Amino acid sequence: MPHSVSPEDPASPDQGAIVEEARTDNVETQDSEGTAVADNMGPIGDSQTSEDPDMTMADAGAIEEKITVKVETATEVKLEDLFADMDSDEEFPSSTGQDIKISSSPEAPASPVHIGHTSNSSDPEVMRSFYQRLFPWRYLFQWLNHSPTPSTDFGHREFAFTLQNDAYLRYQSFPTHDLLRKDVLRLMPSRFEIGPVYSTNPRDRKTLRKSTAFKPIAKELCFDIDLTDYDDIRTCCDKANICNKCWQFITMAIKVIDVALRDDFGFKHIMWVYSGRRGAHAWVCDKKARQMDDHKRRALAGYLEVIKGGAQGGKRVNIKRPLHPHVARSLDILKSHFQTDILHDQDPWETDEKFDRLLQLLPDKSLNEALRKKWNSAPGRASTAKWTDIDALAKSGMSKSLDAKALLDAKQDIVLEYTYPRLDIEVSKHLNHLLKSPFVVHPGTGRVCVPINTNHCEDFDPLSVPTVTDLLREIDEWTTPEEEKDGKAIQDWEKTSLKPYVEYFRSFVLGIMKDEKEVKVKREREENGDVMEF
Amino acid sequence: MIRQDFSRIDAKRKNTDHRKKQFATPQYAALSYDTRLNFYTTPPTADITLEQFEQWAIDRLRVLAELEACSFRNRSQAETASYMKPILDKYLPLGSSSSGSSKLGEERMKDHYSHFILRLAFASTEDLRRRFSRVESALFRLRFMDNDAKERQVFVEGLNLEWEVVGEEEKMRWSEELRAAAGGFVKRMEEESWFKVDWERVPELVEGRRVFLRAGKAYVPGREQMSMVVAEFTARLDKALEMTSRALPRLDEDDRLTPILAHLSNNFTTPDASYSSSTTALPGADISARNIDTLSSSFPLCMQNLHRSLRRDAHLKHYGRLQYTLFLKGIGLNLEECLVFWRSSFSKITDDTFNKEYRYNVRHAYGDVGGDSNRRGNGYSPFSCQKILTEHPPGPGESHGCPYRHFSTENLTALLQAVGVKDHEVLRGVKEDKEKMKYHLACNRVFEYAHKQELKKVKDDGTWGAAQLETIVHPNEYFKRSYLLMNLGKVKEAEVEDEVDVKMED
Ligand SMILES: [Zn+2]
Repeated sequence: MPHSVSPEDPASPDQGAIVEEARTDNVETQDSEGTAVADNMGPIGDSQTSEDPDMTMADAGAIEEKITVKVETATEVKLEDLFADMDSDEEFPSSTGQDIKISSSPEAPASPVHIGHTSNSSDPEVMRSFYQRLFPWRYLFQWLNHSPTPSTDFGHREFAFTLQNDAYLRYQSFPTHDLLRKDVLRLMPSRFEIGPVYSTNPRDRKTLRKSTAFKPIAKELCFDIDLTDYDDIRTCCDKANICNKCWQFITMAIKVIDVALRDDFGFKHIMWVYSGRRGAHAWVCDKKARQMDDHKRRALAGYLEVIKGGAQGGKRVNIKRPLHPHVARSLDILKSHFQTDILHDQDPWETDEKFDRLLQLLPDKSLNEALRKKWNSAPGRASTAKWTDIDALAKSGMSKSLDAKALLDAKQDIVLEYTYPRLDIEVSKHLNHLLKSPFVVHPGTGRVCVPINTNHCEDFDPLSVPTVTDLLREIDEWTTPEEEKDGKAIQDWEKTSLKPYVEYFRSFVLGIMKDEKEVKVKREREENGDVMEF
Repeated sequence: MIRQDFSRIDAKRKNTDHRKKQFATPQYAALSYDTRLNFYTTPPTADITLEQFEQWAIDRLRVLAELEACSFRNRSQAETASYMKPILDKYLPLGSSSSGSSKLGEERMKDHYSHFILRLAFASTEDLRRRFSRVESALFRLRFMDNDAKERQVFVEGLNLEWEVVGEEEKMRWSEELRAAAGGFVKRMEEESWFKVDWERVPELVEGRRVFLRAGKAYVPGREQMSMVVAEFTARLDKALEMTSRALPRLDEDDRLTPILAHLSNNFTTPDASYSSSTTALPGADISARNIDTLSSSFPLCMQNLHRSLRRDAHLKHYGRLQYTLFLKGIGLNLEECLVFWRSSFSKITDDTFNKEYRYNVRHAYGDVGGDSNRRGNGYSPFSCQKILTEHPPGPGESHGCPYRHFSTENLTALLQAVGVKDHEVLRGVKEDKEKMKYHLACNRVFEYAHKQELKKVKDDGTWGAAQLETIVHPNEYFKRSYLLMNLGKVKEAEVEDEVDVKMED
């Protein structure tokens, strides 16, 4: 008797199994090719493509007479996601000095660690000291656990380790932060990622009778913004390089997305984290956000997405008028940045070929011709001046056909095209995307992935974020102030410039725990109330 | 629940269930269908024959299949409605209450039963559930729009949805935002009404920025009622499917239904999966890494674009690599050559980086690594046009997708000219196809233009039959035909004959 409708059927694409096959948790180091490592690992676990119409019922009519049973292999599942994205921060890792000597014994963490300023962040001993002495394990635990008492929120959470030899270990899970810390110190990953909370312990997934019993059920809503997506408009740097000028793109993105998440969607617990090189991640940690399914994540991502299409796609901003309140508010925020950070700092239309792009986006032919003539006769005219030329020439009445409203709309679209956040939307759409943990060290730059305080996000300077070697030196250089000598022990992170970041993280985590505790108490009270009525 | 209800569909079984039936609550038998639309909350309970069971399910499946195909072809809502009308009239008619037709009860019963039968058939895997839910929601929407306003209102009121009405004061406070979010249709605020719901309940309105959002609530204009009703339909159906899937194992006990359900769901399978690279094998062709540049003149535009981007940037982003790798696999480039191709193409990176970050994925696509199932299936199937058109539109800096769809007209024209399509007639035709969203047509138009003489020859001398001349719906089919036409006489006729009867599905 055929059982094709039962979930165990090999012919039906089942969950879980495929994932394990694609990325086994056996360390594939024997094989120097290693496994894939990327910021955005494809969705896993529940391995169907989330909403992809890759199948058709079109030939259903054919079953009318003869029903032939096709045996399909289960390969058509989540394939592109298994083919994980490699366009990560680490694509062009910079090489730093390899010749470091560490004088102290790694077994004696309490003693000073002498590390020369050329120390390499990927050096295992440097990493060991970092994980042992600086990484905020307890707050990380509380952050993911939402309460001080260990629960499945933490215990069923997937961690994925990238080892020093580039092997990639998925489906790690830990009942407590001590065990996580222990394993990290044993394996010394160059970094680790955080995945979803699963319905069962990820380590038990293979022993389950039914693969469907293992599925992701919750994860923070995440956003990923990376400067490489601005390469067609940033003129100061390219590839992995950044400076304070182009970092403003990230600042703008944080401002626009953060306010939308708070005011429009009502989220409260949003943490932005520097990705260690040229971007930022957002973690929206409200319970409601964590529980969203892919459908809702996609809807939310779509709401925030304004820049569409690749660089080849022509006009990339197509928004309706009147402007939706979110777009209108974003435009308000971005206008002043456009003047300073874009027109002045990036000067995007300086040369002939570059101002062509601007003219393409303007609607009136005669106006364009007049502008072109003017700009051709003044080579190198600054973008700020060019931008004011548009209105000046338009007002001079040189074009009979000029539609003032169309011109205004086009100018708004241009402001948005050059300033509106360019999100790597796939990261936000899927519940089971892995994202690099806060506070890990970027292997290329050595910088710690620190939280960004959104109240002062304009002050954030990615180039002054401490590197792991800076921090270890700061511990060495620390001398306990006289008046505190008898007080309680000072933790190592308090001796370093990591301090404000850890404190920020701690108060963020406290905020989450407080909210969740209140909800729990309220619910219990309600439940008890119900009981008493009977 | 399910099993109990459906256990009584079989005439033969009726006797064994005699006693049970005797004591069944009478309200089940008298289930009436007051409205044309149905939220399918109550499972059917009356007896039907096995023949009806099968026939009704097949009829509904046919309707759903056509509807799903409409979305794949990017038909607009209006186009879909007019295309679906005769199909619905034939297989799943559903008259309005006001029509007074004597067949109403029968029609509604068939609609009701067939929905529940397919629910059983498609509840087994998450993927099937999701597709079923999507296409059933589309059918519901189609009928909802088609309904007369009064009946629609009666139906909606009967649903008892808890929608909070936005009060006058609040309406005035946010009047500017409400007006803007509604897209400018609002003339006088006083005459419009808004509902307030958790935004999660109207994801499609949120996604399209068609509602004002504040503190997690969506302010939905009265006229968007349909979206809310459809969202509610989908939400309930998703929940019900989940429950059905849990009840399924018990259904296995009935050995009459299982085969029918199995057949139904088997016909809901992946066409892409049936693609195999052997169907495009070209005997004698030099399919090697160093020959790709030459071969690329026979590639469809999507792949030529990827190839050009790759040559220009010495890099391709993730989906571009995936789309292109699978295509190359499909034309017969073996794994070793494919690795050579990518290694040499990514000229700006070191061997080390290549090995670490890219090599594994190419091997995975070929089924060289990964688990049993991936290896057994020889990795992934090359993407069909359908898949390329409908999934993962390219974002900033990405080159995958279908240029006919994802490029602006100007950039598309420029690309076509760059690859040698300069005929104004053809370019204009492509532009029109694009505007009508007939991307297949545009691609086939370019194909016919690029192979005009060769096509004439094979048509004239009768070497190519109708099957080889029908619309191309797969990039690998495009390459295969192009290659054969460009090398007429070089590839032996007999070998061609062997290959041509394999039809690739789209
Ligand atoms: Zn810069």
